[in-house]
Amino acid sequence: MALQARIEVEDVSVLFPLYHGSSRSLKKMVVAAASGRLGKDQQQRVVVRALQNVNLRLSSGDRLGLVGTNGAGKTTLLRVLAGVYEPVAGRLRVQGSLNALLDPSLGMNAELTGRENILLRGLYNGLPRSMLPRLEEDVAEFAGLADFIDLPVRIYSAGMVIRLGFALATAIRPQILLMDEWFLAGDAVFMEKARQRLEEMVRGAEILVLSTHQMSVVREWCTRVVWLEQGRVRADGAPEEVLPQYLGTPLEMA
Amino acid sequence: MSTAVTTLAPAASLDLKADMSVASRHSLAVDDLVRGFGLWRLAWTLGWLDIRLRYRGSMLGPFWLTISTGVMVGALGVLYSTLFKMDVASYLPFLALSQVLWGFLGALVSEACTSFTEAENVIRSVRMPFFVYSVRTLIRNIIVLAHNILVILVVFAWFRAWPGWDLLLAIPGMLIWIADALALTLLLGAFCARFRDIQPIVNSVMQIMFFVTPVIWKPEQLGAAGMAKLPLNPFFDLLEIVRGPLLDTGVSGMTWLGALGYSAALCSIAWAFFVRARGRITFWI
Ligand SMILES: Nc1ncnc2c1ncn2[C@@H]1O[C@H](COP(=O)(O)OP(=O)(O)OP(=O)(O)O)[C@@H](O)[C@H]1O
Ligand SMILES: [Mg+2]
Repeated sequence: MALQARIEVEDVSVLFPLYHGSSRSLKKMVVAAASGRLGKDQQQRVVVRALQNVNLRLSSGDRLGLVGTNGAGKTTLLRVLAGVYEPVAGRLRVQGSLNALLDPSLGMNAELTGRENILLRGLYNGLPRSMLPRLEEDVAEFAGLADFIDLPVRIYSAGMVIRLGFALATAIRPQILLMDEWFLAGDAVFMEKARQRLEEMVRGAEILVLSTHQMSVVREWCTRVVWLEQGRVRADGAPEEVLPQYLGTPLEMA
Repeated sequence: MSTAVTTLAPAASLDLKADMSVASRHSLAVDDLVRGFGLWRLAWTLGWLDIRLRYRGSMLGPFWLTISTGVMVGALGVLYSTLFKMDVASYLPFLALSQVLWGFLGALVSEACTSFTEAENVIRSVRMPFFVYSVRTLIRNIIVLAHNILVILVVFAWFRAWPGWDLLLAIPGMLIWIADALALTLLLGAFCARFRDIQPIVNSVMQIMFFVTPVIWKPEQLGAAGMAKLPLNPFFDLLEIVRGPLLDTGVSGMTWLGALGYSAALCSIAWAFFVRARGRITFWI
């Protein structure tokens, strides 16, 4: 890895025009309306301002925790960093291989066996054929699903799906790792294993960005915290500074 | 007990701006195509999986399609050769070929509309070239076509209507089909993601085109005047550049001109739209 991982977010805004009627995004709309973030864009369409003028610079070694109330824009920011949502204003520059754990069942097909899903994920990540056996071995071992690995994912329990998803997502080592909150749902034994594996990933001076509502996770894993409120960065700094401020505000829909 | 984290993700970098120049939009779209081709093994696997899952638990799998196409061709063949008073030996090979090719075309156009929306979950959680979904849609339909070709083989064998080396003359036509199919999945895939009522419209249009295009009736039945106008119908041109060589009826210059002209138009429109829309598709699905 010649180049050091780096993320630059300059003045990025993301608007969601509400295209497809009310039913699909009604829930999101209600949350947004309650927070006064519904607006109009230049073409007079109704939009949700999910992120507004966000600035962020991350470099090798940063472990960033995103905190904020429901609908603050944490997942949206992770998706922007992953290059999924292209900004409607501002600029995003990312350098370094990136892996985003946004959806526990990304590309997983419930009808396929765990093993087949591992191979599918390898393909999604554009891995050469020669790497696939190693991936398979690593994921099967880490997920610890025993014989279930050869059964369809359809019959897994929710926790087992998460184990497999976590093992898959972390088997392919990126320079930049983005995680949404779902990955914290494993059982206690698994969480311990997960933490060890994550620390391994973060060690080689890579970037971690995770979004969570669990402050213990932030305190344990993060060296920096960004507090998002209504799509804006309200505070950015060390966990000891930002968390007390964040927890000091009464919990309400921001 | 620490597990070795082994596999390295391929290196990557990203530079996205709002208000991009036309040139940088173009280069992002080209990049999408190139990387999409690079992931052909993924597209291939996804295409196969679609078929496998569609026919999960069924004994004959996609061969059900072959059987239903076969039965339909047989029944229509007998019925229409009587109605149109045509020789079965010349009509059935025509019908089998036309029906199978049209089946491919119709399904492809219809599925092009959902090529992005059906991949909604993946599109929202990982940055992936959109072209992968186009190739997947194409591959899925080629697999179905490959199963239906059996019907053509049986009919051709029965009536000893082998095209011989003329088969090779159909190859340029097939290449044009592939290019058009990919262009169409990009265009309709993006357009139908934005406007959800396009797909039903597209399906009705295809239904009408099925009847106004010589699929179950032969072009000769129109008479000379009618035949001269046929190349105006893009579906006729496209069908004919593959069907003509295989039936040994030849392809007229007008038909080739039409096929190339319409294809060039389709590809340019699709590209222009895709270049503009690419960054917005994720917001539409
Ligand atoms: N696809 C979408 N269409 C419309 N609005 C959206 C969409 N996705 C997100 N939003 C809006 O963007 C805002 C931020 O949402 P986001 O999912 O990023 O919140 P979050 O901080 O992850 O919340 P949570 O803690 O509940 O996961 C919300 O107001 C939501 O209504
Ligand atoms: Mg979220």
